[in-house]
Amino acid sequence: MTVKEFATTLGLKNWTPDLDLDVPITGGYAGDMLSWVMGKAVAGSAWMTIMSNQNVVAVALMTDVACVVLTEGVEPDAALVTQANGRGVPLFTSDLSTYELSAWLGTALAAQ
Amino acid sequence: MEKIHLHYEVDGDNFMAAGEASCDMKRVLKQLGFDSETIRRASICMYEGEINMVIHADGGTADVYVETSRIEIVLTDSGPGIEDVSQAMQRGFSTATQSIRELGFGAGMGLPNMEQYSDWMDVSSEVGVGTTVTVRIALGETA
Repeated sequence: MTVKEFATTLGLKNWTPDLDLDVPITGGYAGDMLSWVMGKAVAGSAWMTIMSNQNVVAVALMTDVACVVLTEGVEPDAALVTQANGRGVPLFTSDLSTYELSAWLGTALAAQ
Repeated sequence: MEKIHLHYEVDGDNFMAAGEASCDMKRVLKQLGFDSETIRRASICMYEGEINMVIHADGGTADVYVETSRIEIVLTDSGPGIEDVSQAMQRGFSTATQSIRELGFGAGMGLPNMEQYSDWMDVSSEVGVGTTVTVRIALGETA
């Protein structure tokens, strides 16, 4: 599954429309403590979080996650959007819960 | 390979902009053609070190040495120092403030993550003087 397919299927709002979204998603990670994410997230994951400050972009870059999804209706800080576009990190938001998104992704990846 | 040295001044005043040095180092390592997992490990070590210096020491310096056999990252600050290094190395131990935790850091995973992703690590610290953290990522069989 690609980031584009994930976002389209679940109706995620895209905050980085100019980025290439034909990037494969190979796993998922849900969490908000940034050092936990760096310690645990696997490259190629879709990262679900409610953390919305610009440090999220740096963490996403360092860990090589495929995309970031702010869940539960959380809106990104303006600086986060700027950083995501500038550094090439696909950023989405959704009203779905972290659990709902993670469960859907887990099922979809398992069915591939 | 010719030895490459990257030097960064890490600004301690702007926590929200932390990561500039790490992002630049990652860009350089990509240009040098290292594999993605090596770059990922080095980048996480660098970023954790950068964040630590911003949170605890009002900034510092980061030096990256790329050699044939390894990538070495040396993070030096003139902060308060670490009283008990072995305690600081434990997962979950943190002296970060509540405001830092609200930004997603301060989980007590910084130094443990650096240890996890490096092949060799040293923490040298003196209370009231500062801290130097050195990590090495092996490119061959030895770090």
